[in-house]
Amino acid sequence: MATPSGTRDPFLSNLNKIYLGYTGGFAVFVVLLAILEQMGVPDRIIGYLFVFLTIGVYAYIGIISRTAQVAEYYVAGRKVPAIYNGMATGSDWMSAASFIGMAGSLYALGYGGLAFILGWTGGYMLVAILLAPYLRKFGQYTVPDFLGARYGGNLARAIGVTVLLTATFVYVVAQIVGVGIITQRFLDVSFAVAVFLGLAGILVCSMLGGMRAVTWTQVAQYIILIIAYLLPAILMSVKVTGVPVPQLMYGFALERIEGLEEAMRAAGQAPPPGVTGFHTAPFVGANGQFNMNAAVNFFALVFSLMVGTAALPHILMRYFTTPSVREARASVAWSLFFIFLLYFTAPAYAAFGKLEIYQNLIGQPIASLPDWVRNWQIASPYGTPWINIVDVNNDGILQWNEFRIHADVVVLATPEIAGLPYVIAGLVAAGGLAAALSTADGLLLALANALSHDVYYKMINRNAPTKQRLIISRILLLLVAVLAAYTAGNLGADILFLVAWAFSIAAAGLFAALVMGVWYKRTTNAAACWGMAVGYLVTFGYLLWTEFAGLSFLEVFGTRDQILAAARQAAALPQASAELKAYAATLVGNAGEIRDGALSWLGQLVMPSDSAVLRGRVVARLWGINNISGAIFGVPLSFFTIWAVSQFTAAPSKAMQDFIEDIRIPKGGVRLADTREAVE
Amino acid sequence: MPLVEPGQNTQSSAPPAVDPGVARAYWSKTSSLMWTVMAIWFLFGFVVHLFAPSLNTIHVMGFPLGFWFAAQGSLVAFVVGLFWFAKRQNRIDEEFGVQEDV
Repeated sequence: MATPSGTRDPFLSNLNKIYLGYTGGFAVFVVLLAILEQMGVPDRIIGYLFVFLTIGVYAYIGIISRTAQVAEYYVAGRKVPAIYNGMATGSDWMSAASFIGMAGSLYALGYGGLAFILGWTGGYMLVAILLAPYLRKFGQYTVPDFLGARYGGNLARAIGVTVLLTATFVYVVAQIVGVGIITQRFLDVSFAVAVFLGLAGILVCSMLGGMRAVTWTQVAQYIILIIAYLLPAILMSVKVTGVPVPQLMYGFALERIEGLEEAMRAAGQAPPPGVTGFHTAPFVGANGQFNMNAAVNFFALVFSLMVGTAALPHILMRYFTTPSVREARASVAWSLFFIFLLYFTAPAYAAFGKLEIYQNLIGQPIASLPDWVRNWQIASPYGTPWINIVDVNNDGILQWNEFRIHADVVVLATPEIAGLPYVIAGLVAAGGLAAALSTADGLLLALANALSHDVYYKMINRNAPTKQRLIISRILLLLVAVLAAYTAGNLGADILFLVAWAFSIAAAGLFAALVMGVWYKRTTNAAACWGMAVGYLVTFGYLLWTEFAGLSFLEVFGTRDQILAAARQAAALPQASAELKAYAATLVGNAGEIRDGALSWLGQLVMPSDSAVLRGRVVARLWGINNISGAIFGVPLSFFTIWAVSQFTAAPSKAMQDFIEDIRIPKGGVRLADTREAVE
Repeated sequence: MPLVEPGQNTQSSAPPAVDPGVARAYWSKTSSLMWTVMAIWFLFGFVVHLFAPSLNTIHVMGFPLGFWFAAQGSLVAFVVGLFWFAKRQNRIDEEFGVQEDV
């Protein structure tokens, strides 16, 4: 085991002093830039200083934390105190999607967007009570290590690695897109160049020092991102309500939004596409009435995100780094606290932004809109401008449905909406960059560790010397990063959507096997392997099938009316391929010959299935459930499979039962059933 | 004799760190804490929000209550719940003398 050497590490014993000094230094830096701005230094220079200086600091931390020791590289020497691990987990957790995307989604979806807030916090309850302390006690390097030791070696390990690679890769691509968007906007370079510049920043932190460097960089990144998130929200709250506590004061903004929505409806106006007209109303359709599908999808998404939280390896592996089981438990609570600070502010951001826009923009002549609106009427990578003013009725007055703002702009534009100096805009950009970089760091490390430790060392070459393993890990890190950047550059998909997929995949593949491994002693090797495989295949299969071949999915699970409806959508879809269109047109032409799908009874079992045109595709929905919540099918099936197969396969050996006993109790060592699974 | 899966060394070499009887009692108490916290999780993660449409008719400081629970109330419950859990579990560890050696 990794035992700390006798000499006290001067860095670890001075953590509070170092990070306090760092926070103070950052504050001085921001004030200094504010002074420079007043002295007339151009905005562009301020933006450059923010981006390069913060990345420089991360790189510096990464370089001084470089290491050649295995335990330092994989688990930061298991010396990270609970609070600091909490901060590191916080920034590992909060990505571009949380920092930039969340408040914007809340702006658009109103109550419906709160599913993300609930799902991305409540999952930590599951981490703390079901998994983190036991994984810490088990005390090796990776999540597949646990699967390998508990479930008899390489088959379980290989399935675990497959799930990990799929979920993490999807997630990391989304982060690199986020880094690219920010770098592109603030450095004024092309998206492809921006992606690789961002990548360089990520690699300096993780390449040399592994988990140790990533941990201490993430703490630094957390401090910047939380300051950058809270400060504009506070200033905004002061502007609107006069009280600097946005979290308490936005109730009044909500009340006024409700009133303005009511008035605009009464005047015969409608909200712009994608924005709800009832900000605070739960589970409603476009008409404001209760909608069963909205309710079911809200809870399914909350469930998938929560369970996914407790199954994502880049988060679970953070709890391998604390000095003890006790600290691991405390550390989960601190993680959630640090995450909470941001999530509980996001709805305030959305409310103040919305109020400002509804109150001061709607109803104004389009020719005399404030400058910040004009500043954001620039092209986005999605084809339309970030803020798109469409004068539908050509009357020169801005109506409710004529102001279309992209969700990702709400946070970034807040400083300008509130009329704050440019230095705040630079701060927000630095915060967004910190959020995206820190998550990408953690994810890439999880990927590289799975490949170098679990695949290469544990499954291919058991005798590889330490030095060789760390070199291979670094090479793989580089390769994975470049591959992810390449995919990101060519995919350009919706960030929030990719991230939600990653959660569903991890939840369905890993959660049941990890939980049952600790909490159900009778779980057998075969059962766990089947359970992981079933959960993974059902959920990943459901995602791919419904997303990319919705019509064919309904031909199996739909009734003839549902098939016909999907065929009509496909035939009318401009983005559909020629073959699909032709095929759908034939179906529509011979509507009388369509028969119910082979499994249509299953497709109607709970609620009717249907299809919708989303993201330029005809997307099928079993029982009306969106595929981003696909874990709702995979997780229960995975649990059931593990339980059922365990009933009629040979019970775990006495040695395995001893092993489970040991990981359940904080005291003492761990007796492994298979000594080859031991850490050196 | 029941069927068992093969292990590398079916006999453990080292004795357990804690007496099996104590370990069983410890685990049953730990499990009941687990179910308690799971119940809190389920209540604030799901059950409260089922009532969001009716809770929304009540306003506190401008917040419709159903909205407030999903945006803040449940989150506060999760954070407080976790610190409470960590404290409670530490107390159980000490009660059975199974805390880590320092």
